[in-house]
Amino acid sequence: MPPPADPAAARLERELKHTRPLIGCRFDPSGRFLFVSAEDDGIYRFDLLTGGKVALAGHASWVRGMACVTPPVPVAGAGQAQDWERRQVTLGAAAGFAAATLPPPKLPPFTLVSGDYHGKLIWWPGDADTPKPLRVVEAHKGWVRSLAVSPDGKTVASCGNDNAVRLWKADDGSPLRTLEGHTSHVYNVAFHPDGRRLASCDLKGVVKDWDLKTGTADREFDAKVLWKYDPVFMADIGGARGMAFSADGSKLACCGITNVSNAFAGVGNPAVVVFDWKDGKPRVLKPKDVFQGTAWGVAFHPAGFILAAGGGSGGRAWFWTDDVTSTHMLTLPAGGRDMALSADGSRFAVAGANGTAYVYTFNPGPASAPAPPSAPPVKK
Amino acid sequence: MIPCSYACHSHEHAVTRRGFLAGAAGLGATAALGPLGFAAPEATAHLARSHKRVLVIFLWGGLSQLESWDPKPNTDTGGPFKAIPTSVPGIHISELLPHTARQAHRLAIVRSLNSFSDDHGIGERIMLTGRKPEPGIEYPELGAVAARLLAHTSDSALPGHIKILPRDGGGSENKADAAFLGPKYASVSLRDGQPPADIRRPPELSPESDAAREEFRRRLNARFARSRRSAATDAYTESFEQAERVVRQAAVFDVEREDPRVADRYGRHDFGRHLLLARRLLEAGVSYVKVSHSNYDTHHENFDFHIEQLGEFDRPFATLLDDLADRGLLESTLVIVMSEMGRTPRINDRYGRDHWSRAWSVVLAGCGIKGGAVVGKTNATGTAVTDREVNSGHLFHTYLRAVGLDPTKNFYPNERPVPIADPKTAAIQEILA
Repeated sequence: MPPPADPAAARLERELKHTRPLIGCRFDPSGRFLFVSAEDDGIYRFDLLTGGKVALAGHASWVRGMACVTPPVPVAGAGQAQDWERRQVTLGAAAGFAAATLPPPKLPPFTLVSGDYHGKLIWWPGDADTPKPLRVVEAHKGWVRSLAVSPDGKTVASCGNDNAVRLWKADDGSPLRTLEGHTSHVYNVAFHPDGRRLASCDLKGVVKDWDLKTGTADREFDAKVLWKYDPVFMADIGGARGMAFSADGSKLACCGITNVSNAFAGVGNPAVVVFDWKDGKPRVLKPKDVFQGTAWGVAFHPAGFILAAGGGSGGRAWFWTDDVTSTHMLTLPAGGRDMALSADGSRFAVAGANGTAYVYTFNPGPASAPAPPSAPPVKK
Repeated sequence: MIPCSYACHSHEHAVTRRGFLAGAAGLGATAALGPLGFAAPEATAHLARSHKRVLVIFLWGGLSQLESWDPKPNTDTGGPFKAIPTSVPGIHISELLPHTARQAHRLAIVRSLNSFSDDHGIGERIMLTGRKPEPGIEYPELGAVAARLLAHTSDSALPGHIKILPRDGGGSENKADAAFLGPKYASVSLRDGQPPADIRRPPELSPESDAAREEFRRRLNARFARSRRSAATDAYTESFEQAERVVRQAAVFDVEREDPRVADRYGRHDFGRHLLLARRLLEAGVSYVKVSHSNYDTHHENFDFHIEQLGEFDRPFATLLDDLADRGLLESTLVIVMSEMGRTPRINDRYGRDHWSRAWSVVLAGCGIKGGAVVGKTNATGTAVTDREVNSGHLFHTYLRAVGLDPTKNFYPNERPVPIADPKTAAIQEILA
């Protein structure tokens, strides 16, 4: 069933708490799990069905880039999860306190790949009870800033502070190719839905369109509205903090900070630049409200609107339909540092600077999900 | 006309060909000038042995000690960077300083500084005067003290106290930085490392015309002075003559005259150029040069900005130490790397660090300093000093001892004794050679 089309339907469904500030968040392909990364170098997997929280230990630095390698078969997990919730609610209504907890559905296995600020990539069995690293790859000199997985699930793209974009075989982590040409830190990457092209954006707002067969960048788009050299503080601020293609590949969105007047105090405004993929024409989307800060994540919702979230002087989520000015806005309980949209569009999550991940749903129904059984202790 | 109680010179600090000199200090390097306008090799060797000088590299805005000299990786406050080994076994600094890490055997790191003020301006004064501000007295900055006490001769060609500032910001151009020592020892500021304005003769003025004009001015001044000589007229005369000597050494300000390979090693950016200029000035006999690098006030996205700023600092700083050593100048040049304060161990929600004076670090090298030394400790998260807390007064004593001066002596402004350094503190003996 397609999700509701109205951004105004978005409401806070649950708060997933951690003890340290969060950096990134990603849903697994089924939407059952939310992976968050934190300033304690850890990744944590929250199970939205059971309330469970599992630690993924293996990085020795902060992680921002996370991506799931999609299983080769279509994921039925999303439907299974909703089905499980409905049956649990029915059982609870019938048996009350005596209701047993149904065993959660078994999902197809998937792999999580994560990248850290020491330049390492780690592959994890994302669905395992206690995921342990499958492999570690020394991928970049300096930070890995972002990861993406190709639509066919066969290739992982990473980018980072060595100005490079690198491609890796998803199944064994072996290197495929290095895409060179950026002259500043590469902040983000995204595969085009057709799987033949890749977009990357660097600190100075240069977006490159790569031909994955030849490894050459055929075109560049100008996202310099998201970059500023601050002459007073004598430093650059910029980069696409979030990046996403529309499902049909006709548009590419990059988000970050614009109108910077003081880079070292973060005085600037969030913005989303949406490029027409065919002709490269940009449209700059801005929040209707006056907000000082950065947009850290952006997504195209299947229902046709664009959403972004970020932080600075507080936290916000913004929604755009047709206009360049946002039509709806949510005030988040804390500054947002990343945003993820579930594959079916029913939920989005924001990684909070206060250590809490906020999960919002577009689904109608009660404000909170059926209370899961008391969460088991964090498994390490 | 009231005579001055000291040999005052022009109060004019405007950087012009005639008026830019506030006073003379520094070594008289007028003898044996080489073709590049500063001391020829044999004179340089003599300078190296006998004349001490001070270089302060001021990382303006507040360098994070956790991203530099006192890293705490994998702690709640440590941030994402690694600590890397250095040329001294057991000493680690931030991964953002790989070139500097190879110079650790020349450095003394003080990790236990408490400078009491989280304010940029007050912090700068505290760090440069070695004292907290007091009502009723202004203390001279280190540069003025060095210019006063390290001057080799009285008829030096270059100012003894020079500040090289970035294009914008980089700290105050404090015209009163000599306090009671007088304008003779006040700083001359070179914004963006540019030479004093009007240092070059206008093209339409030939050398012969210029010389004739100067000769005419001297004859008129001499006639005036026969009946109306005073301290003021002496000061004006001296400032004109100093300006002339500086003009003759204009080449020292021109970093384009440097060997391109050396300029490449320093880096073809502002800070590299400014540090290279500093070396040229020190080599030419200036007693004190302060180079400001801007900016480190990273309340927002501290880690990204420290990558950028320390990326610009690291290699030129290492190059400078090698260059000074190669020229035989390091053993007579005290090098100090400081800020006005450090940064909070706590990371705020915009990935920033805020002002922090309670537990941070300063680095020294060169003249009188024991290389490879670390003094003082902070706790595991850097939130407090746990061993050998020092303040700017201790550091001030240390600077002066390192260059062979006695900080327990006094100045006598208006015949009143004022200790050169704060008498409540003493030098940090552990880092003195």
